[in-house]
Amino acid sequence: MQQPNKLTPFFENLNFERDDNTMVINFGPQHPSAHGQLRLVLELDGEQVVKAYPDIGYLHRGIEKMAENMTYNEFLPTTDRLDYIAATSNNYAYALAVEKLLGIEAPRRAQVIRTMLLEINRIISHLFFIATHALDVGAMSVFLYAFREREFGMDLMEDYCGARLTHSAVRIGGVPLDLPDGFIENMIAWCDKVDYEVKNTYEALLTENRIWKMRLEDVGVISAEDALNWGCTGPMLRGSNVKYDIRKEEPYELYDELDFDIPVSDRCDSYGRYMLYMQEIYQSTRILRQLVPMYKESSPELMAHAPQYISAPKEEIMTQNYALMQHFVLVTQGMRPPKGEVYVPTESPKGELGFYIKSEGEPYAYRLKCRAPSFFHTGLLQDILVGTYIADVVTIIGSTNIVFGEVDR
Amino acid sequence: MRKYTPKDNVQAKSYYTDRYWVAPRVPREAVEEGTHFADVVKAMEKFAKESYIEVGTLVIHIDAKENFEAIKTLKEQCGYTQCSEQSAVDYLAQDGEFELFYQFLNVNEAKRVRIVCRIKKGEAIESIVPLFNSANFAEREMFDMFGIKVNNHPFLKRIIMPDDWEGHPLLKTYPLHGDEFASWYEVDKIFGKEYRDIIGPENRDPARIDRYDTKRFSRVGYEVPFGEDISEGEKEQPIEYSETLLVDYNKDSGKQLDHRK
Repeated sequence: MQQPNKLTPFFENLNFERDDNTMVINFGPQHPSAHGQLRLVLELDGEQVVKAYPDIGYLHRGIEKMAENMTYNEFLPTTDRLDYIAATSNNYAYALAVEKLLGIEAPRRAQVIRTMLLEINRIISHLFFIATHALDVGAMSVFLYAFREREFGMDLMEDYCGARLTHSAVRIGGVPLDLPDGFIENMIAWCDKVDYEVKNTYEALLTENRIWKMRLEDVGVISAEDALNWGCTGPMLRGSNVKYDIRKEEPYELYDELDFDIPVSDRCDSYGRYMLYMQEIYQSTRILRQLVPMYKESSPELMAHAPQYISAPKEEIMTQNYALMQHFVLVTQGMRPPKGEVYVPTESPKGELGFYIKSEGEPYAYRLKCRAPSFFHTGLLQDILVGTYIADVVTIIGSTNIVFGEVDR
Repeated sequence: MRKYTPKDNVQAKSYYTDRYWVAPRVPREAVEEGTHFADVVKAMEKFAKESYIEVGTLVIHIDAKENFEAIKTLKEQCGYTQCSEQSAVDYLAQDGEFELFYQFLNVNEAKRVRIVCRIKKGEAIESIVPLFNSANFAEREMFDMFGIKVNNHPFLKRIIMPDDWEGHPLLKTYPLHGDEFASWYEVDKIFGKEYRDIIGPENRDPARIDRYDTKRFSRVGYEVPFGEDISEGEKEQPIEYSETLLVDYNKDSGKQLDHRK
């Protein structure tokens, strides 16, 4: 029996004083490839991983607890801090869950703007993925190029809402602002640039690159059955040859009117997932281009009309007595949704981001559970890392595309 | 009279509720014949205590003792091959019970089912890890956050909070800023219990401001060296708002200028 102290901590099932050749190493939480605060305890036989134990919780802020102590509108900016790479997708998933609970629908223009923001965020997140994944594997230049395009995407978000990382660009019941002047032109120019750069820079640098293929091919293989069983969603699931995208199968917002394809890979390995991410960027720019005429045809309302839950537009508040009274009650007390429970899944860039909300008719959610895709992808690591070599561990972590804001919550 | 604060639920509450306000309920629809959900209800007939559709999801209430068998039926006969989420809701204050929910997805039909069951405080639930590996982390999180024991889990251990933590943060009895244990945890761990008097409890209120603390708070316009004591022996006092400013307009105290300087 070991004696635990501050220098030699005690892990169940792990023994540091072994007679055999296995070695226990500690990976993270400050490792540059740990994508935040992942700590992995790896047991190695030579260079082969015998056992992997992901340890999480280094970024725990108690977001679900905070949700129980905030009114529904107060909590929305907190959701930015879940998946901070694509903050709008969290805002949106939360707003949609509350809207389903209230039984309201955002007006057409708000839907168009929301879909635009979601797809811009998806591209930003995928560019971030390719940048950090390539950096982990050793391709420094891709990192620099991809971050350049990502910055332009963040400029677009800044034009819309003023923030680059924590957007809070969606409200319950709609969006706060209309698109600024010149946004559409900038967005289309950015889409052209992203399409061009993905095709001529990233794919040209990586797809047929000898080192890239050696590092990624047949690394981190997940069968379709395992992917479903471990709760993989999003690109992790489609990378394992399961064609399931919530945007297509359980359409929300405008996705049932848009024409786009769901890329699927039957390779089941990291290389297949890399190809998948590249294809998804093309599909996202395709969606963004289709949204431009939809925006121009839509009428200018931005927030749903539901006086019981949502404040009236500013002109009405300033001119009409009843709208001002409602606004005062909604700001000081918060909206009171009906009793009930709801689970709403959305396709965030990382996978299925769902919010389970249990309401007891109070202005505070009785229970809010955030179903974060990265949490389950981290759980998968204890299975797929076993049997791989230490050099592939970083590739596999990079390929799962986990963000610790939403793992620890 | 001191304001009554219930001990069994210390979460934020609305400061005002209309006495005659009755909260409406999200509509629950019955399962229609001939749909996919009707087949699911039929297969689950043996276990279901109640089943209805709420916001597009089929909700089935079952007995907590039969959870493994029921979920096995759902997986093998109805094709629900993914367990998306599993957690609990604290109803200890009202009913002395936890409500557990399991969220499932059928990839082929694109349909979702939620299995709901209730357990008493101190009771354990059977693990579904043999059926769904995704429940491994989810059940550990539930154990960590609510203290609900899960039987036959391969590695039931705290996942997000430290191993030596006391208390379960998502219980309604647990305050938002943490309890007494939480405020001393890092002091005891890093410095030792004997340093409690010197260091003091951890401030867990992010909105707290100490105006004499020159290490953590800056004074814009009146900058002082880091760590300087600027209190001049004055004890910190609660903020007081000024009363009406009295100006002495006596002629003796003022000085009349008789010529331009």
